[in-house]
Amino acid sequence: MTGDRIFGAVMVIVALGYMLSATTIQTPFFPDPVGPKMFPFMVAGGVMICALYMIVKPDAEGDWPEWAAIGRIAIAVGVMVGYALLLKPLGFLIPTAIAAGVISYMLRPSALMATLTGIGLSIGLYLLFRYALKLETLQAVPRDWIGG
Amino acid sequence: MELMQNLAIGFSVALSLNTLILAVIGCFLGTIIGALPGLGPSNGVAILIPITFTLGLDATSALVLMTSVYYGAMYGGRISSILLNIPGDEPALMTTLDGYPMAKQGRAGDALVISGVASFVGAFLATIGLMLLAPLLARVAFLFGPAEYFALYLLAFSTLGGMASNNQAKAALASLLGLGLAMIGTDGGGVERFTHGNLHLVDGIDFLVAIVGLFAVAEVFFFLESHGKSSSIGVKIEKVTVPVKDIIASGWTMLRASGVGFVAGVLPGAGASLGSFLAYMSEKSIDAGRSGFGTGSPKGVAAPEAGNNAAAGGALVPMLTLGVPGSGTTAVLLALLLTLNITPGPTLFTDRPEVVWGLIASLLIANFVLLAMNVPMVKIFVRILSVPPSILLPGVMMISFVGIFSLTGSTFDLKLMIAFGVLGYVLRKLDIPTVPIILGILLGGHMEDALRRAMVLSDGDPMYLFSSPIAIGLWIAAVLGFVAPMFLRKYLTKPQRITD
Repeated sequence: MTGDRIFGAVMVIVALGYMLSATTIQTPFFPDPVGPKMFPFMVAGGVMICALYMIVKPDAEGDWPEWAAIGRIAIAVGVMVGYALLLKPLGFLIPTAIAAGVISYMLRPSALMATLTGIGLSIGLYLLFRYALKLETLQAVPRDWIGG
Repeated sequence: MELMQNLAIGFSVALSLNTLILAVIGCFLGTIIGALPGLGPSNGVAILIPITFTLGLDATSALVLMTSVYYGAMYGGRISSILLNIPGDEPALMTTLDGYPMAKQGRAGDALVISGVASFVGAFLATIGLMLLAPLLARVAFLFGPAEYFALYLLAFSTLGGMASNNQAKAALASLLGLGLAMIGTDGGGVERFTHGNLHLVDGIDFLVAIVGLFAVAEVFFFLESHGKSSSIGVKIEKVTVPVKDIIASGWTMLRASGVGFVAGVLPGAGASLGSFLAYMSEKSIDAGRSGFGTGSPKGVAAPEAGNNAAAGGALVPMLTLGVPGSGTTAVLLALLLTLNITPGPTLFTDRPEVVWGLIASLLIANFVLLAMNVPMVKIFVRILSVPPSILLPGVMMISFVGIFSLTGSTFDLKLMIAFGVLGYVLRKLDIPTVPIILGILLGGHMEDALRRAMVLSDGDPMYLFSSPIAIGLWIAAVLGFVAPMFLRKYLTKPQRITD
């Protein structure tokens, strides 16, 4: 119920924003009969109809995760974003070991297993990507650490 | 005789050592991916696509590898259905109904062999069907103008949406979200839309980023929610023998189920889940209670497996001839084709025969490889099931990241992928299917193009969209495909969450 309604409301707002943004699309000098604006408007209109339907006739409530699970997912998102930001500056090995270790720990709280999984995956995947798949762009550690 | 010539072209491509090795690797990986609970073919193919590119394979080889993975995953899906009562992928859901009871009765080995043979029959016949039907359909597709294509895309969305969700509004919303995302970037006329000055968005959203995010990253969140409840194999398999009697007894079942599955697969958007469902239900009603469907009947294992593997082959027909995927996984394969600069459609058969027929020939070969792998070697795959999620999921995540990073080298794309992961998780929680989003992103540009070209041809007259019998037929089918499930739902108790 609530989930559908909230999502429906968010989608109505998104569709409005989309339409607003579509009004700023510049039309070329010799436009075709449809032009670049029409299709986006049609799509946003459709989204709005579906979203309103979800608000008016929501399905029965699904089973939402408990707070602990939401917390784990939030941590995972944080770890992933951090990983995305650090992959270039820190190289492959260290961020991968940490990220894989944290996710592993959340799935099975054993510090030893998580550490081994992190290190194992980090080294294993590096060897796989760098040598078996010949992915040249993959840096193991930052270049200036190895003096190159 | 044209067929034989084409096949000769195909086999000359497929029988090179290189291609054969790729087919074997693909089948092996695919079976593993299919067998691992929670990591279905869409996920598996999605995370492997970026890696294929790092290998620098040519178009045909990449296609052979990925379709072998696809067929392999369809075979593999049954293993965890039978042993763990957890379908490895959605189409394998029906196999749990009789497969798991058989395993509990101590006939796990028999169930695995019967389902392996049934998978072979289904996939093999479907490949033959593909060979015969695809060129014919390609010829019809030459008659398609922009108006017909527009209606065809609509049909794909409505049938896929109709099957994918229990709520038509949610299915339609998902398709529209995908279409909306497809508009981001530069349109056919060179006009920038929705980029808001962000240089990363000028080329549009890379659909691989969306696919890996919506499928693989979202899957990681799902496992985190359930705390990665480990599933242990409750049943033992002793020695694997071939239950000849049961296989012969289910011969007709396999053949009929293959036919049903193939047709379901060919329908744009319907896919393998529908194939296995219809195959099982129709065999159950033909059987009329004689061999105890639902309590561990060998026929109940054979029917859905022949059905879903036949549907997997059938789904390639609309994908190759019309560029409209028949299932979630073929949508991912379409993404692969587009990234390889191959535009599926009728011209593919005339312009790039080596791609199409090489693919078909290697599918034929892959079937035999899979039969050989899945009957005598089934114990190896069973062992792989014992990899705990606490190792598997971090692995999936890291491969997703490195795959996308190697493809685009952009931190922005990685962040976008995470955002798609969160979106995919929330949508699935709300019972909104994610496959239509992928389809929308893939086809949005083409669909808009078709509409705009149709309007140029007709000088803006919307009635042009309904001006040919083919177009009208497609419109009617699209409306039926969208509306019919609402009424049929009352009569059919269908498995939940069909996403392929």
